[in-house]
Amino acid sequence: MTSKQRTLRALGAAAAALIIGAATVNAAQSGDGASEARSKLTFIVPADPGGGWDLVAREGQNALREGDVVANSQVVNVPGAGGTIGLAQTVRQAETSNMLMVTGTVMIGGIVVNRSAHTLEDVTPIARLADDYEVIVVPADSPYKTTADLVDALREDPRAVAIGGGSLGGTDHLLAAMIARDVGVDPQQVNYIPFSGGGEALTSLLSHSVDVGISGYNEFSDQIEAGNLRALAVSAHEPVPGIDVPTLAEQGIDAVLPNWRGVMAPPGISAEEREELTEIVTEMTRTPAWQDTLERNRWDDTFQSGAEFEEFLSAEIDRITTITEELGLS
Amino acid sequence: MDALNHLMTGFAHALSPENLLWALLGVLLGTAVGVLPGLGSSMAVALLLPITFQLDPTAAFIMFAAVYYGGLFGDSTAAILMNTPGQSSAIATAIEGYQMARRGRAPQALATSAIGAFIGAILSTTLVAFFSPAIIDLALQFGPAEYFALAVFAFLATSAVVSQSMVRGLVALCIGLVISLVGIDGISGAERFTFGMPQLFEGFSIVTITVALLAIGEVLHVAGGHGGTESGALRRSGTPWLGRKDLRRTLPAWMRGTLFGLPFGVIPSGGSEIPTFLAYGTERKLARRRAARGGAPDEFGNGAIEGVAAPEAAGSATAGTAMGALLGLGLPTSATAAIMLAAFQQYGMQPGPLLFERNGDLVWALLASLFIGSVMLLVLNLPFAPLWARLLLIPKPYLYAGITTFSALGVYAAASAMADLWLMLLLGLLGFMMRRYGIPLAPVLIAVILGPVAETELRRALAVGQGDVAVLFDSGISLALYALIVIVLGVVTVNRARAARAARAQVSAPHPAEKV
Repeated sequence: MTSKQRTLRALGAAAAALIIGAATVNAAQSGDGASEARSKLTFIVPADPGGGWDLVAREGQNALREGDVVANSQVVNVPGAGGTIGLAQTVRQAETSNMLMVTGTVMIGGIVVNRSAHTLEDVTPIARLADDYEVIVVPADSPYKTTADLVDALREDPRAVAIGGGSLGGTDHLLAAMIARDVGVDPQQVNYIPFSGGGEALTSLLSHSVDVGISGYNEFSDQIEAGNLRALAVSAHEPVPGIDVPTLAEQGIDAVLPNWRGVMAPPGISAEEREELTEIVTEMTRTPAWQDTLERNRWDDTFQSGAEFEEFLSAEIDRITTITEELGLS
Repeated sequence: MDALNHLMTGFAHALSPENLLWALLGVLLGTAVGVLPGLGSSMAVALLLPITFQLDPTAAFIMFAAVYYGGLFGDSTAAILMNTPGQSSAIATAIEGYQMARRGRAPQALATSAIGAFIGAILSTTLVAFFSPAIIDLALQFGPAEYFALAVFAFLATSAVVSQSMVRGLVALCIGLVISLVGIDGISGAERFTFGMPQLFEGFSIVTITVALLAIGEVLHVAGGHGGTESGALRRSGTPWLGRKDLRRTLPAWMRGTLFGLPFGVIPSGGSEIPTFLAYGTERKLARRRAARGGAPDEFGNGAIEGVAAPEAAGSATAGTAMGALLGLGLPTSATAAIMLAAFQQYGMQPGPLLFERNGDLVWALLASLFIGSVMLLVLNLPFAPLWARLLLIPKPYLYAGITTFSALGVYAAASAMADLWLMLLLGLLGFMMRRYGIPLAPVLIAVILGPVAETELRRALAVGQGDVAVLFDSGISLALYALIVIVLGVVTVNRARAARAARAQVSAPHPAEKV
């Protein structure tokens, strides 16, 4: 046997040992008496790593581990088409009792924009976990000092106000449309310029290419504090503690748009399995790790499950779908 | 020197044994994923994201940045040895690097690329450490109109890569533009060439395109019996030392490449690919001019060492300034930077103007570790150049089977979608056919990267200006770029005319009878 052959043999043996080892560990983990979801739970993230949904799954994974809720959880990213590729994959996994898909406001718009064959009604609602809020900003030297100035400009000539934010049909776009509608401007007339994220929208704002920016509060918070951007309003129901910016409602505009994130299970699971998943998620949100997550990310704790969540979900689907359609995106 | 003091404190942090270990782990991992086609530093950092829960932020970011830099060092290895670039930033390196390898100069090519990557990384990191406000100012001068002008400029400047055969180059460019059009249009929401298939809504990912055309296409080409390893030349590996003659040519090329890379690091979606092509094109033109003036012969097409040196330096020079844009502005200009931004958010930090004040310790330790990581990578890559070259001693079937496996693995892991694998095979066949019929691949990639940038930015600029074309010429930067284009075009036209006249004169010279 030549040395080359020996090396190849050895490599092969090592690989085989590794595979067998991994299989043994896997079998051992799923062998105990607890439910399948308790021993191994999969988060489907219908977006790329690094986004908001991905963050929810990874923070959730951490809380499940730290709080000893689930022995082994993993995150699988299935990005594409506003989250509807991941949704379709979850629907195909019918009757899988140990899987949770992360979802939220953006997916409702995504389903309309992408003419998805599946909707959120095709999966099993488990819980709403947390909300964060949108902020409307202008550069520090902008002529718009208040939301009223911005509204006046929009009423005068909506095309003359370039508004930059995230992708088409996402929360940033929807909020722009809701504001326009409430102040009597045709949402389709809004000059909305989509960017691939808050960072790109930010440079366009600071280089005065766009006049107004809309994004999640965290994306702009640093620039607001540094005095480079001026925050005009946030999209929350009530003033958010720690954020010294008035809400739209306080300024007479009826546009509330929480960017909520929640989890859904595949269709066709039994009532007990659904109960078990709800219990797991409830335990997860009670861990200190999750409380720390909420604080670090400045998320609002809006935990809801069961009938309460279903009610919220169906109202939200109606509302967001209507706005998206009004924007001419369907 | 305030920055120097900060940096020294940073070095004190970064040189702790623990942080050195994380940096070493990072550069090893980065090099590994950089070498393998399909796996890139963005995927490696994404897989490492969960460790942010266990590690302190300084250690985690030292490791992430080391992976990022490592990827840019490692990507050229497979490009040079097997014509299968590990990441899209090494496509330009592959063109001449592979030719060098075929002529038995693989160790020299690898060494040139390692030193080039080192020079680019060190210079750009220095720039960020001492002049980050200037970099941020530069980034903020750019709006949609300026990006569009830059894309137009880049299209024309990279045409040097296309110019061997105009028709074939244009065919390749069009193939690239068509590929880049597939998907839902981000500005209007309209579907283009999706045939109603949700898998196509996001378009083709750059990873799938690169891996399919360059790696799978090459594997099929080799399997089809047209591969270039016919002679034993590939297997000869000598010292990695560059002779004085090589150094005289590579040194200015490294510097020019770095100059191209620096500004592009802060430009979103320009990525690290555009400057590599610009650097490649420039070197090629310079070599031709040098040869025309009776200097050293133009070796482009036959393994010109400048063609390896400049793109490598340009590619890794973007890494430093990209880190500057990320830290100082929260602007991710590459896929890897985008995931690092997410990691910052997981720690409850927001990169931006206040990061240097609030988390100064972390920022300066990170910057110091970038220097350390670059040195580690040079030390790691240079002695390994001849060793890597010995990779070619592995019998071809094993070698190319391995490439195929890793390519498929990388493409599948990115989105866990079977559809991506089918697309990879389809585009791989396209890549094979293009090789078979001598259609160049580089223009496809240029079109795929630059096409969407040009389109999106043009439409954004026009939307902001409500359809008024004047908005495109509204700033000093765009005007300067267009002026540059006009000057370059003018010079080229004059040169062409002069060359044509000279050619005519030469043709008529041997026939004195005609003059009478």
